[in-house]
Amino acid sequence: MTTTTIDGHIVHVNEEGFLTDPSEWDEQLAKSLAGQIGLDLTEEHWKAIRFLRDDYAAQGETATLRRISTVGGIPTKQLFVLFPQKPAKKLAYVAGLPKPHGCV
Amino acid sequence: MRKLLVLGGGTAGTMIANKLHKRLSRDQWTITVVDRDDHHHYQPGYLFVPFGSYTPAEIVRSRHHFLADGVELVLGEIDRVQPDERVVRLEDGRSLAYDYLVIATGVTPRPDQTPGMLGAEWRRSIFDFYTLDGAEALGQALSGFDHGRLVVHIAEMPIKCPVAPLEFTFLVEAWLRERGIRDRVELTYVTPLDGAFTRPVASEHLGGMLTERKVDVVTDFLVESIDPERKVLVSYDEREVPFDLLVTVPLNMGADFVARSRLGDELNCVPVDKHTLLSTAYDNIFAIGDASNIPASKAGSVAHFAVEVFVDNFLEHAAGLPMTGSFDGHANCFVESGDGKALLIDFNYDTEPLPGKYPLPYVGPLTLLGETRANHLGKLAFRHVYWNVLLPGHPVPLPARMSLAGKEVPADAETDKEA
Repeated sequence: MTTTTIDGHIVHVNEEGFLTDPSEWDEQLAKSLAGQIGLDLTEEHWKAIRFLRDDYAAQGETATLRRISTVGGIPTKQLFVLFPQKPAKKLAYVAGLPKPHGCV
Repeated sequence: MRKLLVLGGGTAGTMIANKLHKRLSRDQWTITVVDRDDHHHYQPGYLFVPFGSYTPAEIVRSRHHFLADGVELVLGEIDRVQPDERVVRLEDGRSLAYDYLVIATGVTPRPDQTPGMLGAEWRRSIFDFYTLDGAEALGQALSGFDHGRLVVHIAEMPIKCPVAPLEFTFLVEAWLRERGIRDRVELTYVTPLDGAFTRPVASEHLGGMLTERKVDVVTDFLVESIDPERKVLVSYDEREVPFDLLVTVPLNMGADFVARSRLGDELNCVPVDKHTLLSTAYDNIFAIGDASNIPASKAGSVAHFAVEVFVDNFLEHAAGLPMTGSFDGHANCFVESGDGKALLIDFNYDTEPLPGKYPLPYVGPLTLLGETRANHLGKLAFRHVYWNVLLPGHPVPLPARMSLAGKEVPADAETDKEA
């Protein structure tokens, strides 16, 4: 586990650059993280990010795409438009959360 | 009398009933198992059915036969659990009261959840092998298949036995070679993951085995629908994979009664504490095996190791004591690789599959993450162990807790707590 400086904040990250302490995250940091993967955050992005943050706080696990669509009400198709190619991974990255469990 | 009710007479439910029958006082406890039928399927055997190596009679037995005398088996469809009344309602109107409930009804493939999968091509050019009739139908289709695009596909994680689609790919590739038609078939492996498997060392190893076998791998492919007319898989980001023969693993979901009882998550799996398997909502409900939401493989070995921890915990919990056992997510899976060989992987919540020897460190006789004939023989022998040792609840000399002894830990490896 290492630290890195993003936009003036010192944060703890894993080897793939995901934040390891969700409490180090704030909305300003999210914009910087999004910028690093070429995303400009719109209100639609924020809706998904806020759902993921709230759900993580309640469940202790990062929501899967299925959960974001069935519980969060954001269609999977739209998640692929908002966070192209790898929506689950990109969304978790921007939201400062661990990658969701895929195959374990 | 106190009542323990176990929903599901599969691997986890049968082991739990038999082990607790030996441990709970028969004057004070009744144990009842509920299932919809009396057919216990050895699910790992499905993989071999399309290739004719197992007949249905070798992988289906009576559930009743494996339950200890004194454990009651009730056959019926479960309508719902009413946790506040501590009662389970069956669809035929019967109701079963309980003091403690174990939900062990697993997950099942749901081809109805992907638009187009159950269309005109289902069981014509689209097959699954996660059901016995699907595996038999696939065997028929394979016997008439001599050229074209064969696509092996996973709809969405998690699925039962996450290595089974890889095993099927290795086996079908070897089978095509044996028949002398490998060069007339394009083999493609389509996965929603970003590699052959998520845990890094195993993913690289298994991915390398696909490359060696000239299997194209399409990653990050989350299927939105299947177009049965054009015979293509279509992803949410509008990529397409054409097929002549599709072998798919449909979305796996927990039982519908779990949803009707409001006990499930978005896949009808029951949220539990991942170390004790106790429901996060009710203090007298456990979920074990594939039916729970623990972040471990949905596999018989996980159910087996979890049951070992659960049984002692249950005795403590029922006596009003804190549970002292902690399940570590231990999984141990054979991976058939074709040509009479197999690999073995051994891992848990925190540690990925690594090379080494099993079960004795440095000795084996089984090899972790390496293809050997001994591993294949181990896999075949396991069916007998399953029927004769595991299900009856006899002790199996394998520790429930995963061990790192004898494993080759990469210098830069961290235990992947978030992966």
